[in-house]
Amino acid sequence: MLTVVFLLAYPAFASDFFVFQIGAYTLILGTIALSLMMLAGYGGMVSLAQVTVAGFAAYLMAILGDNSVGVMGLGWPWWLTVLVSVLGAALFSAFIGAVSVRTEGIYTIMITLAVAVAFFFFVRQNYVLFNGFSGFAGVEPPTIFGIYWRDPTPFYYLTLAVAAGFFWAVYYGAKSTFGLSLQAIRDNPRRMRALGYNVTLHRITAYFFAGLIAGVAGVLLVWFNGRISPGTIGVDVAIDILVIAVVGGMRHPIGPFLGAIAFVLLENFAIDLIDRERFNMVIGTAFLLVVLFSPDGLLGLWNRVRPKLRFKRDTQLSADRVENGKPAKAGSPDNN
Amino acid sequence: MGILKYTMAAAVAVSLAGPAVAADKIKMGALATLEGAFTVLGEDSMRGVKMALEEFGYKAGGKEIELITGSSDATPDSAIRATRKLVEQDGVQILIGPLSGSEGLAVKDYAKTQPNVTFLNGSSAAQDTTLRNPADNFFRFSTEGAQWMAGLGEYAYNEKGYRSMAVLAEDYSFPYTQVFGFLEPFCRLGGKAPADARFWVPIGNKDYSSVIAALPDDVDAIYVALGGADAVNFLTQYEQSGGDLPLVGGSITVDQSVLGSKGNIKKSVIGTPSAGPVSDTWDDPRWATFVKTYQTMFPKGFPSPSLFAHAYYINTKAALLALNEVNGDLSDGEKKFRAALSKLSFETPTGMVSVDERRNAIADIFLTEVIEGPDGNLVNKTIKIIPQVNQTLGVSYDKFLEYGQVSRENPKCD
Amino acid sequence: MRNFVERHTFWAIVILVAAALLMWMIFAVWPDWLVETLGRKKTFVNTLLNGITLGGLYFLVASGFTLIFGLMRNVNLAHGAMYLLGGYIGYEIADYTGSWFLGLFVAFLAVGISGILLQVLIFRRMEGDDLRQTLVTIGISIIAADIMLAVWTGTTYQFSPPEWLFGATVLPVISTIKSSGVEVFIKYPVYRLAVLAIAIAVGVSLWLFLNRTKIGMMVRAGVNDREMLSASGVNVQLVFAVVFAIGAGLAGFAGVIGGTALSIAPGEDVRYLLASLVVVIVGGLGSISGAAIGALIIGLAEQFGLAYFPTYGVVLTFLIMVVVLAVRPQGIMGQR
Repeated sequence: MLTVVFLLAYPAFASDFFVFQIGAYTLILGTIALSLMMLAGYGGMVSLAQVTVAGFAAYLMAILGDNSVGVMGLGWPWWLTVLVSVLGAALFSAFIGAVSVRTEGIYTIMITLAVAVAFFFFVRQNYVLFNGFSGFAGVEPPTIFGIYWRDPTPFYYLTLAVAAGFFWAVYYGAKSTFGLSLQAIRDNPRRMRALGYNVTLHRITAYFFAGLIAGVAGVLLVWFNGRISPGTIGVDVAIDILVIAVVGGMRHPIGPFLGAIAFVLLENFAIDLIDRERFNMVIGTAFLLVVLFSPDGLLGLWNRVRPKLRFKRDTQLSADRVENGKPAKAGSPDNN
Repeated sequence: MGILKYTMAAAVAVSLAGPAVAADKIKMGALATLEGAFTVLGEDSMRGVKMALEEFGYKAGGKEIELITGSSDATPDSAIRATRKLVEQDGVQILIGPLSGSEGLAVKDYAKTQPNVTFLNGSSAAQDTTLRNPADNFFRFSTEGAQWMAGLGEYAYNEKGYRSMAVLAEDYSFPYTQVFGFLEPFCRLGGKAPADARFWVPIGNKDYSSVIAALPDDVDAIYVALGGADAVNFLTQYEQSGGDLPLVGGSITVDQSVLGSKGNIKKSVIGTPSAGPVSDTWDDPRWATFVKTYQTMFPKGFPSPSLFAHAYYINTKAALLALNEVNGDLSDGEKKFRAALSKLSFETPTGMVSVDERRNAIADIFLTEVIEGPDGNLVNKTIKIIPQVNQTLGVSYDKFLEYGQVSRENPKCD
Repeated sequence: MRNFVERHTFWAIVILVAAALLMWMIFAVWPDWLVETLGRKKTFVNTLLNGITLGGLYFLVASGFTLIFGLMRNVNLAHGAMYLLGGYIGYEIADYTGSWFLGLFVAFLAVGISGILLQVLIFRRMEGDDLRQTLVTIGISIIAADIMLAVWTGTTYQFSPPEWLFGATVLPVISTIKSSGVEVFIKYPVYRLAVLAIAIAVGVSLWLFLNRTKIGMMVRAGVNDREMLSASGVNVQLVFAVVFAIGAGLAGFAGVIGGTALSIAPGEDVRYLLASLVVVIVGGLGSISGAAIGALIIGLAEQFGLAYFPTYGVVLTFLIMVVVLAVRPQGIMGQR
């Protein structure tokens, strides 16, 4: 509850920079990482192409909507461009899924990495549609109800709404029939196939949903940056999203957002604290430490540290329980 | 989720800190690529900034200058984020940067949203940063890619006698600009550069063997606009495959980083003309003093300042000179400061520099040729200085716009 | 071969005709109409040779990658970093001692040893968890790349191989006949032919190792069925360590060989990693002959793309990969 109040009240006490570059950007990156977490955590498919999908939506926004570069920019109304971009991204993601899922699980990383790089090269070389190396600039959100949605506070609330929406969707979706069967497929595809499930179709559908999430995040990303170029969807960015998802924790949808906060804060303030030049080494080390020692990421770390902090209170509760035979009231893991 | 409570507390503490401006200090930001493979260039850029600040004793207009650095990784997105942090979080009033062309375009767009901050260029050399949709608060006291080629096209046609050229360059905007700057006068004089003799290789391509095999035999010379590692690779492979056509180099194709590298490139490179904003072996006292100061201040730097250090130095110096003009008064939305910048005309290690009506530099360009130095190494000899080149290369603004944006096919001259 | 001809007579004839056509195109003087359509013969022959020799280099890099995956199911995404490390170490040694061959040897040894250390210290603890191993390799590659950037900076390093390896040689293939009737022969760099020779030598050695030695037999058995191998009393960990050492050593070796041809700089690690990925996806994971075939196809595709369609040539290789994935997901020589 406190979290919700904090997030809603954030713009009241934080500066514009923090609301926009830290807050909104964290939420956007977190959403993209959420799509990766959904595929990897619940589906067992680590896709390095989520940024590519988001970038595809961003490019479609620039191509179908307005841009200041003079290439393409068909000038469609904003609601139509957003709709087509997100659907296009979801279909692109499903296509990537179709290419990757007929092979063993571990192939997925390799194939999605290769697809991400292929798309990067393609948009960098093509000037007719994608304006090559320079990319597009001047892509802006619309002004609806008299509010210009790129101003820090409205944009923050927009990203917050989107992130929260997808968070709940993934959280509850994981417990739905589709989510449960997806997790079952992750654990044992042969059994599911024997039970009559169309494993391939399930997986491709999961990619489609992940594509929807990444697509919307892509639209927000291009509105945030005001521009899209091949650099936005390079290999390093794809690896960054993987790092965010893994470091944050892939067991619970809050993980990607935790990873995103850590990443964004580090990216912005590392130059003030340590040598900015070694930024990659820092995140690489954090990533490696997490994978080696705490596969659940920051979340797993916290879950292990927490019992030690509340030791006293828990022992008291346990003592009560033993005495009175009543179940403990507070302190159950799902209560936070 | 207890972890969230702690994160929130931390976030509150950090976000309450906002920018604070002291009355007798001026905050200056410097942005360069301090991450990734271009770090070496970014570090040299910072050296240029520091040289200018040292010269003025870190004081201008009676106020102390506080320097805050920002870092990008050569992508426009990271440049914008670093800029936004410098401007909105650290509260700089003047920003010097960025380093690369595409970053410059992005920073120019951002500058339009911050009318109370003045932006000066670092070394970004894309044409459109000031030629099309310029920003009123973006000043570029360093020359851009097409200006750097001034005089070379005429030299190739008249002095060298070339009539048809092949072109080999990387497939993105900076080489397009350089090729444009070279071919425009060359074609105007009657030279030919047919479209099927233009080879645009992907960035980062190291394998030129097939391209070398595809080069036509019936051209007089090849114009090569590759940089750094790609240039070294091409020259080595060209020599290896027995290629014997003379070359004409782009501004970063035969600079010190390429000439000083190991590898068998001597034969194919001696005699190659090129042009650019600096010439390492210019024997003018102004340049010599600049090099000496650089070498004394930075014993760990390059043997001689790169064009990045040079560009950042000039832009920083311009900012400091203008600050002196207005006695450090940036209170009126920096209007007086910008007026002073627009009228500025000052002496630099490479000659007089001023800006045109779109705030782009007018400066001297150096025509060079590669020769074998006294100890057997390769150096660039200064042949000629093209004085006071402006962005429209001598023609009127409207006529220049008619040439169109730089691209793979521009200019056509079959 | 006789089996193949008997069972797929049609395809055998097609291949024979294609080979004959290729021979004619290489050795005969081209008539004018052919020059009109395809461009000069020099371009074609050079590109063909470039493709084959580049394929040789790719085989050197990819063979280690496929060997490690085939036996240990470990997608070693730090393979590119090992290539780069080998290149740098080889350069330093060659620079220090003046002997290029010594640099080559030390590179192979040093990176091979690092491979053993990685396997014994890190991967052994994660037996069976393929995804985690892969994530660890990603972390290692990020950190290694940053360390190498810090030590050797962004400058490009050129090797100085022995004089007799450099320079061009004249091949007995006619390029054109000048109007005076004099024949012009094609010149080709010696070094590239040397690379091809080395690749063939390494390929043959690997084949001999796998098919004629005891350890090789264990490796082949392990590729087929890992559990069975350990059940039969073989010291599986030793075999793993040996294979990782060879795989990593090959990467380092390739680093010096490739670096001499194409120089060493940051970014080469990603490039060769991606090349290895595409080569083994096309050729089939775990198969040395698959790596050879895949390397040849990709090398040819890359060079022909560069020479004839430079704008999109770079995407051609990835297109081939996608087609292979769609038609035969396990790769040309892969087993399901």
